[in-house]
Amino acid sequence: MAPKRQKSPSRKTGVKGKVKDNLTPSPMEKPDHPDDIYPIVLTTATQELFECCIDEDVTEQSPYKLLEKDDIIQDIKTRAAVSDFHPVKQFVLDYPEDEILLVFDVDFTYGQSFYLVLTPEAKARIYNVLQPPQPEIIVLEDDVSKTPEPKPWISLGSELEVDQESVKETREKLCYKFDLKRRPGLPVCFSDRNSTEAECRSVACPSYQDSRFSIKQMQRDCGMQAVPKLQSSTAQTERAVQRNVFTQYEPRELREKEKENILRSEKLKKFVNSVTPRVLHALQQAHIMNVFTDDFKALGIGAEASDQLVMVSEGLKLQWTFTDEKRAMGKKISSVSWHPTIHGLIAVTFIKKQEEQLDKSTVYINSPAFIVFYGFPDQSNPRLLLECPDDIFAFEFCPSNPNVIVGGCRNGKVVLWDISFHIPHLQGTRPNSKKASDSDSDTDTFDLGNKKENKTPVMSYCAVSSIESSHKSPVTDVQWLPKTFEVTRTGVPVQKISNMSVQVVTCSPDCVMFWDLRVPKLQNQFLADRKQDVDQKTMMTPYSIPTTFKHLDRTWKPLFRVSLPKIDTSGEYAPLKFSLEHYTCNSNTGRNTDNENDGAEVLPEYSQLRIPSAKTLKTLDDVNTKFYVGTEEGEIVYTDWKLEEDEFGRKFSAKPLLCFRTHAWFVNTMQRSPFFKDILLTTGGWNFAIWKEGVMGGPIFVGPSSEQEYSAACWSLSRSAVFFIGRNDGSIEVWNLLLNTSEPTHVHEHVASTRITCIKPCITASKQHYLAVADNLGVLRVFNVPKALRSPVKNEDLNMQIFFDQENDRLKDYLEWEELWAKPRKEEGESKKQVEPDKPVTFQVDSEEADLKEYSDYLKLEESILEHTGL
Amino acid sequence: MAEVEETLKRIQGQKGVQGIIVANSEGIPIKSTLDNSSTVQYAGLIHQLVMKARSTIRDIDPQNDLTFMRVRSKKNEIMIAPDKDFFLIVIQNPSD
Repeated sequence: MAPKRQKSPSRKTGVKGKVKDNLTPSPMEKPDHPDDIYPIVLTTATQELFECCIDEDVTEQSPYKLLEKDDIIQDIKTRAAVSDFHPVKQFVLDYPEDEILLVFDVDFTYGQSFYLVLTPEAKARIYNVLQPPQPEIIVLEDDVSKTPEPKPWISLGSELEVDQESVKETREKLCYKFDLKRRPGLPVCFSDRNSTEAECRSVACPSYQDSRFSIKQMQRDCGMQAVPKLQSSTAQTERAVQRNVFTQYEPRELREKEKENILRSEKLKKFVNSVTPRVLHALQQAHIMNVFTDDFKALGIGAEASDQLVMVSEGLKLQWTFTDEKRAMGKKISSVSWHPTIHGLIAVTFIKKQEEQLDKSTVYINSPAFIVFYGFPDQSNPRLLLECPDDIFAFEFCPSNPNVIVGGCRNGKVVLWDISFHIPHLQGTRPNSKKASDSDSDTDTFDLGNKKENKTPVMSYCAVSSIESSHKSPVTDVQWLPKTFEVTRTGVPVQKISNMSVQVVTCSPDCVMFWDLRVPKLQNQFLADRKQDVDQKTMMTPYSIPTTFKHLDRTWKPLFRVSLPKIDTSGEYAPLKFSLEHYTCNSNTGRNTDNENDGAEVLPEYSQLRIPSAKTLKTLDDVNTKFYVGTEEGEIVYTDWKLEEDEFGRKFSAKPLLCFRTHAWFVNTMQRSPFFKDILLTTGGWNFAIWKEGVMGGPIFVGPSSEQEYSAACWSLSRSAVFFIGRNDGSIEVWNLLLNTSEPTHVHEHVASTRITCIKPCITASKQHYLAVADNLGVLRVFNVPKALRSPVKNEDLNMQIFFDQENDRLKDYLEWEELWAKPRKEEGESKKQVEPDKPVTFQVDSEEADLKEYSDYLKLEESILEHTGL
Repeated sequence: MAEVEETLKRIQGQKGVQGIIVANSEGIPIKSTLDNSSTVQYAGLIHQLVMKARSTIRDIDPQNDLTFMRVRSKKNEIMIAPDKDFFLIVIQNPSD
């Protein structure tokens, strides 16, 4: 308490002696304020009451204690004269503040163990001066408890200036009142008067410059502010040295011994016992009731029910209709194909109808054939036109490189296009085409033709096969071989090195041919010098022909051809459509997909590719080289494309393994199910059939014959049990094999006005399901597939698999039965030459036979009766 | 210890139970029927979850305390029984 000690002697310089002399409570004074320190004695009782026990609450280090004034007054009241505070009662009552400072006087400077500070100023002084060593909380309390006092105002001369500046009234405001005495009742005359006229004498006092008198402005108030025009400042942060720091941590684990200890402890036992009932309860709850059911989703089980309901109400909604008057005039659409990658792009080929084929020469000049690309949403302007040498019956985009298109013509040639130049136009310029159509509609219609021509780019074909080696009849089906394998000159499937599809299979009523896009080995030297002249990447104008397939142009020959000799008789089948089994090679898929991703952007240079020698490639034994062919007469033929050698070493095609006359007329569709690799849908004539690869007995399911001819069919891409069939009258039948196998689930009547030629579904990236329907008038309609038809029902795949298996078994059983009974039947009638598993047909035949029998019996009976009666 | 074992076996024997973990109050596993890495992961993560949940309950009402927690996920359900010194984790597959 050094400072205190210093203070006390300085303060009480002359008075110290006084203190020592008289122990009476005569107040010690400070120079400024008398009577502000009052030493008092506090008994232990009082000390306890006020919580200021010596050495407990108040010590040498913290001798200060703030006592509530109310408490002291209370104490005085309760204990009256006995209270220690009695002598200071008056001071306490007069004390302006609420807290009085009590100081523990260690050194008995004032003569007693405690002294009371009686005035706020002294308290403030003692308290605040010795504040620094004490905690801040007390300071705050002190500051807060003291209200700030307003200090008296010291005049520094500013009031004079204020007075000068202020505006005061020097005299009272004068008020004048003007009055004109008139006698009331006299007539009044009011008139208008313009104030600007000279007669009205309005007095105004305009201001004017008086020359006799001028005031010089002595003082002008103006303010200045300095504003920097440009200020630049920089700051630099301290760049700490970068260091690589790693932290690796592992979880804390207890040692075995500790674990054992804990396991043995009582606590654990208790815990487990207490917790187990709850846990068991919860477990049983979860077991009793499936708490994970999503009730909302469970409502969706009604999808099966709604299958039957919604079919009626909701149908295929027509989204777009694409027509091109110029090119579609009098033609029918032969083939439709969606672009595999670009959304909303669909390609259509037109062919002339049969009747107009008479005058071939004029037809050829008048309207050249095109493949027309339509893009959403432009319904009348095609995006791109591809020139064809003749009407294209079938075409397909290359699966690995969607810029390459192969097509088959009416004259039997196979044509190749490369549209990579126009891809940006096809993909991006939708606003352009929109603008084009807008401007078309704005300007006069006469120029429509011109404008269209300008906007739609036309591209010619890259390569066409040589005339001698092409087909002799129109090419009716074209397919790319999948990129997983390739075939050699003899048809042996071998492993593929590169990851692109380079081989094409075409079929026409004369034979099936396999083609390869690459340069055959024999022509190597021949083309070598040719190639040097031609630049690899020439700049192309829109009308120039890309040189991608220059090496094939007009010299393209197929690898080999497969003919289909008839099984029983001589002659050949006339294939119209075919279907291969897609082979996915298992061993290299991982590597291949990586390669594909890398090489996705690299367009292959076909002219650089060479057909590898057959010896260098590994033969793939598990590729199914057999394929299904649908013929002109409605037969489905199952044959092997591998060429066999006869005794002279010549290659020839083997006889087909199977042939079934399922359909009555042309087979117009053969399509594999996108869900089951071995299920095939074929339509032709008046019915459809479902085949399973590997089942030799025939189709596992044949649909009922309908009144209308079936002209096109396609599987649904998202539902394994649904497929669409297009009819001759322009209707689409929707079949759902899980619901009804004897009739279509729904028929959309007259979707098109005439015969439907092609149906193709598509699922775009935005989960939109479209169905493109092409008809005989050259109109392409795109429908939106409703939700009921596109969202698969629970376990649909499984059910379909079961259905197919059931049908398979049924077929097998039937065949066995047939075998047992076929022999005697064969002896009876000759109409059953082949095994016909076609159930309706056999029933018909059976019933016919039975009818005949009955009729003949009846005739006999009639005769006998007549004889009897004597007629 | 045998008693504890027996009780845990009873819980394990319930239908659909995939695993049980007993951990101490710091989240260090003491006993488990799963493999070590999963055990350690579950114990650590669930310890944090339990602490958070418990502090939530007690913040709302200081006289309340967490007695049981069930976390249902798509694939299974995790049940946690906390205590002062330990907590028990049971992972169960739903009944279907």
